[in-house]
Amino acid sequence: MEHAAVEAVRGIEGMTEVSYLWLIPVLPLIGAFINGVFGAHIQKRAGIRPIHTLAVGVMTVACLIAWASFFKLVTLPAEGRALYDHVFRMLHVGSLKANMAFYLDPLSMTMVLIITTIGTLIHVYSIGYMHGEKAYWRFFSYLNLFVFAMLLLVMGDNFVVMFFGWEGVGLCSYLLIGFWYDDVEKAKAGMKAFIVNRFGDFGFLAGLLLLFWGLGGVWALQGAWSGTEYTADGGQSTMVFRELANRTDLLQGKEVWGIGLITLVCILFFVGAAGKSAQIPLYIWLPDAMAGPTPVSALIHAATMVTAGVYMVARLNFLFALSPVAMTVVATVGALTALFAATIGLFQYDIKKVLAYSTVSQLGFMFLGVGVGAYWVGIFHLLTHACFKGALFLCSGSVIHGMGGEQDMRKMGGLGKLMPQTYRTYLLATAAIAGFPFFSGFFSKDEILWKAFDNGNTLIPGPVLWFIGAVAAACTSFYMFRSVYMTFSGENRADEETKHHIHESPVSMTGVLWALGIPSAGIGVIGLPHLWHLPNFFEHWLDPVMAGSHHLVKSAGYSHGVEWALMLTSVAIAFGGWYLARLFFKDARSPVPRQMLERFPKIHRVVFNKYYVDEFYAATVIAGSMRLMNILRAFDDLVVDGLVNLAGLLSRIASYISGAIDKYLVDGAVDLLAAVILRIGQYVRSLQTGRLQSYLYGALGGTLVFVALNYLLF
Amino acid sequence: MELQTTSTLLTWMIFTPIIGVGVILLYSAVSYLAGSKASDDFSRVIALVASAAPLVMGIKLWMDFDGATDQVQFVHHFVWIRSFNIEYFVGADGISVSMIILTVLISLIALVASMPWFGKVDDHHFSQKSPRGYLVLFLLLEAGMLGVFCALDFFLFYVFWEVMLLPMYFLIGIWGGPRKEYAAIKFFLYTLAGSVLMLLAMIAIYYNSQPTTLVDGTLVDHTFNLLKLQLENNFWTAAPVLGFRFAPLVWVMLFIGFAIKIPMFPFHTWLPDAHVEAPTPISVILAGVLLKMGTYGILRINFALLPEATKWAALGMAVFGVINIVYGAFVAMAQKDLKKLVAYSSISHMGFCLLGMAALTPQGISGAMFQMWSHGLVSPMLFLLVGVVYDRAHHRDIEGFGGLAQVVPEYTGITGLAFMASLGLPGLVGFVGEFTVFLGALQTFRVLTIISATGIIITAAYYLWTMQRMYLGKLNDKYSSLPDMFWRERFTLYPLAVMIIVFGFYPMPIFDLINTSLHQLVRSIIGA
Repeated sequence: MEHAAVEAVRGIEGMTEVSYLWLIPVLPLIGAFINGVFGAHIQKRAGIRPIHTLAVGVMTVACLIAWASFFKLVTLPAEGRALYDHVFRMLHVGSLKANMAFYLDPLSMTMVLIITTIGTLIHVYSIGYMHGEKAYWRFFSYLNLFVFAMLLLVMGDNFVVMFFGWEGVGLCSYLLIGFWYDDVEKAKAGMKAFIVNRFGDFGFLAGLLLLFWGLGGVWALQGAWSGTEYTADGGQSTMVFRELANRTDLLQGKEVWGIGLITLVCILFFVGAAGKSAQIPLYIWLPDAMAGPTPVSALIHAATMVTAGVYMVARLNFLFALSPVAMTVVATVGALTALFAATIGLFQYDIKKVLAYSTVSQLGFMFLGVGVGAYWVGIFHLLTHACFKGALFLCSGSVIHGMGGEQDMRKMGGLGKLMPQTYRTYLLATAAIAGFPFFSGFFSKDEILWKAFDNGNTLIPGPVLWFIGAVAAACTSFYMFRSVYMTFSGENRADEETKHHIHESPVSMTGVLWALGIPSAGIGVIGLPHLWHLPNFFEHWLDPVMAGSHHLVKSAGYSHGVEWALMLTSVAIAFGGWYLARLFFKDARSPVPRQMLERFPKIHRVVFNKYYVDEFYAATVIAGSMRLMNILRAFDDLVVDGLVNLAGLLSRIASYISGAIDKYLVDGAVDLLAAVILRIGQYVRSLQTGRLQSYLYGALGGTLVFVALNYLLF
Repeated sequence: MELQTTSTLLTWMIFTPIIGVGVILLYSAVSYLAGSKASDDFSRVIALVASAAPLVMGIKLWMDFDGATDQVQFVHHFVWIRSFNIEYFVGADGISVSMIILTVLISLIALVASMPWFGKVDDHHFSQKSPRGYLVLFLLLEAGMLGVFCALDFFLFYVFWEVMLLPMYFLIGIWGGPRKEYAAIKFFLYTLAGSVLMLLAMIAIYYNSQPTTLVDGTLVDHTFNLLKLQLENNFWTAAPVLGFRFAPLVWVMLFIGFAIKIPMFPFHTWLPDAHVEAPTPISVILAGVLLKMGTYGILRINFALLPEATKWAALGMAVFGVINIVYGAFVAMAQKDLKKLVAYSSISHMGFCLLGMAALTPQGISGAMFQMWSHGLVSPMLFLLVGVVYDRAHHRDIEGFGGLAQVVPEYTGITGLAFMASLGLPGLVGFVGEFTVFLGALQTFRVLTIISATGIIITAAYYLWTMQRMYLGKLNDKYSSLPDMFWRERFTLYPLAVMIIVFGFYPMPIFDLINTSLHQLVRSIIGA
């Protein structure tokens, strides 16, 4: 049977079957297992060296295999550019046929390269950053486990494997946010991340169920069982992405609850994506997630896991492109999140919180891209963002490391001289995220804004989306340079004790900073704009994956002149943000920020407190479920169990009454009978005189009575 | 067609524990006569052997079982009480085999957990109190459970069903906690009420069955043979009883009888009490195996014998399933006692079985059966873990701990695994059952399935909240010297942990056992 499944797969054209893809996720799993189970002993006996040697070793090998697969993939012709590896049958029930199988096409290959390469770098960085940590083994075990789950997510050839990874990364995120669990706030932040993500997973699951239902042959069962055409095997249902791409016609025209099935499914999937990728209204967990160690923030909460939602939308491009409503929802939520989070980012003082809101905002840009049908651009921004935001987080980690754990930018300043490597790489990445020309972020963000402007799919006009995005981009440039100046320029504002210990991080950390800083500046060259008549490798590379949606994505037809104008606007925005930030925050001398705060305290308070969204959820969702929980508990104790106990009590009363009846009535009747007989006996005894003649008289009298009665009656 | 005896394996499995009972009693009697004190440890060894042997046979059963056919296998069949046409008829199809394997596995684990060895146990621990009586009752219980899952004669099924009831009553009532009498009587009366309904339904079915033959070819007017009741009879057209249509009435009577065991809302309140009072291994048996008898009975009797009535009742079943899932989860979240929380989570998770079965789709019913398996692995683990902390701290108040992860990391890790499995994390066994049930149920009940899917959020919330309150945060100084796991506890927990992970990634061995039989059952109901 196993063999037959593999044979069947071979029949599908346009894939090359290989047998080594499973090694890419399994290697980190082995590392996680060994360090997780034996790590405590190893660390006690042999120190930390074997721990990180193992963890980094498995990552390096996985990364090399990933790059080898990449070179293999490049040699294949474009129409058949995919690798496939069937490992085992996982879930076969009726028409459900899901295998543990891995599939690498250009899209998942891109993700795998990001995950393994940046993952390996961050593992190396962690050696220095987590040095001296008691639970060093646990950290690397979780980190390896995360990479395993993330690779499952992107490499799975069907929804089931993807969902395994989807929730697996959620678990690792929970474990790593709450890594220092003896601090109850950190433990709570982890719990919040998991539960908020569960709301998203609920959407993902519901979407998946409806999708499977819509494809299936068991549609006839709808309502009653009158349909006799029941087949145990639905036939058409599938969980495999590439098969689904050819069967979307089965979904068209179907409706659920009055909504088109495709629209509903896409929106539900997007709810899942919003959970994982921290979009409105489920973004609230990500800022709290900064409680985790900084390498975790860089790897999980910037470069990889939080982009899973973008990956999913791009993966399902053929589905989303069919529903203008769903595209509009994705693009609008993306644009609004980009703006909303960017405004919060303007007022944060914790350097990691700035980066966290920046991540939420940048993810919004990605969704804006994939929402308007520019799937390759969304993924392109994902790639550039992975580089520059990874670099920014690691730089912030280096700063925090150097400052002895301090995260408040108001107590920093002047670090440019003390930590030159960190400063330079931070500056490179900031230029990239702000969108300075020729830096990577410029190419990806500008292309997103242009595609949003020029799109002919969303129900909201493109220029509106563009405008929201452009304002968000201006904010981005401002708050990023604000963080640069607050952290690195002017005088150091820390206390003397801290000041004394400030130092540049070890080479294992700064090396990684450069390894991410340089690509964040330069990687944009793989996706140059068409406007410049230069080759765009990245779009071309992803082209086969997006083939299913090409004919559906429409342009609004704006001219090159408009595109040039928008590009220049973007450049102006980037420099404008920088200029303002420099004006206000360079060397912490300008009085303007303080005056502004005093002038508009209300606005500041609302934005600084993140628009009170957390408080809103606490008062509605959390308080509501707590109340419901208490009501149901009381109902269970008092009503349901109360009825049972009442029944018990009633039967005890009944048994008491029947006992009483037994004692007084039944037994009483018996006693009465006995008493009566006794009394009669006493009477009768008085007849027993012992004299013969009285007996004879009696007998005679009796006989006479009988004779008389005989005559009278008969 | 008469199914003749092909194997006595199942009979050996059922009666090996009884042989163990005999040996323990004989040994006690001999040592009493010889004037020496009977060794408790020797009796414990006997019990372990008598419980391990069925596990070995169960593995053989699994290997020899042919999952490609829905035919009953391993038949042992002869006439038992001729005057009432009662036969001794045991056999196994995929549905039974999966439950038999679960039973022998969980029984052995529970028995190991009943031993005072390989770890510290104080004097008022339940394992120190008349151990031989405990072991005898435990083995009787195991025999009863195995009998229920093997029996293919309705009367025999009923006999084993009742055999199981009494040992359970005593095991809770004698070896239980402070309110053991209340809990034991509640359990007993509730189950007995269900049994009475089942008995009446059984007699009604018997007298409405068509003439047939016994296994030796004797012609008889009525039969208890479940296969013949299924294949040769149609109770849908039977004459009404007291103005009620026969099949729906009998279906409901049987269903209530089984629903009490599941337990289904509103018949569930005996379960938290029984769990809270029962000693750990008995909770393990109760959650791991006993609850499954309800769902098994519904599949074996309601579904097979009364297919039309099953279709008639499916929507109601699904509604109660959803109530179980969501209601159970909310009430679980409100609990302060860890064991009660786990008990309510059992109620919630058993709701998935009801929902999946009611959907009457291949994924629904296979998912329900898998959910029985996964719950049979996860809930014993949870109860064992509750026992670990109770043995050390002598209370189970969730709020009364805090920061335990710092002193008992191994215990925390394995608890985390069990919690994650129970909240349905993919990669662990709980997810497979839930996901398959959802997938199957949505094809029949859209709104109900979406409502029940919210259960995954609530479940995550109460487990993580418990995790945070008990294990994370600042350490409660009272427990700064708590010992981590003992080897006895490892022996019981690690096998379960391994299976939870293995079947979480690779559930096909279980599905290959059950798919054929279950899908045939669904097809016969849909076609009826």
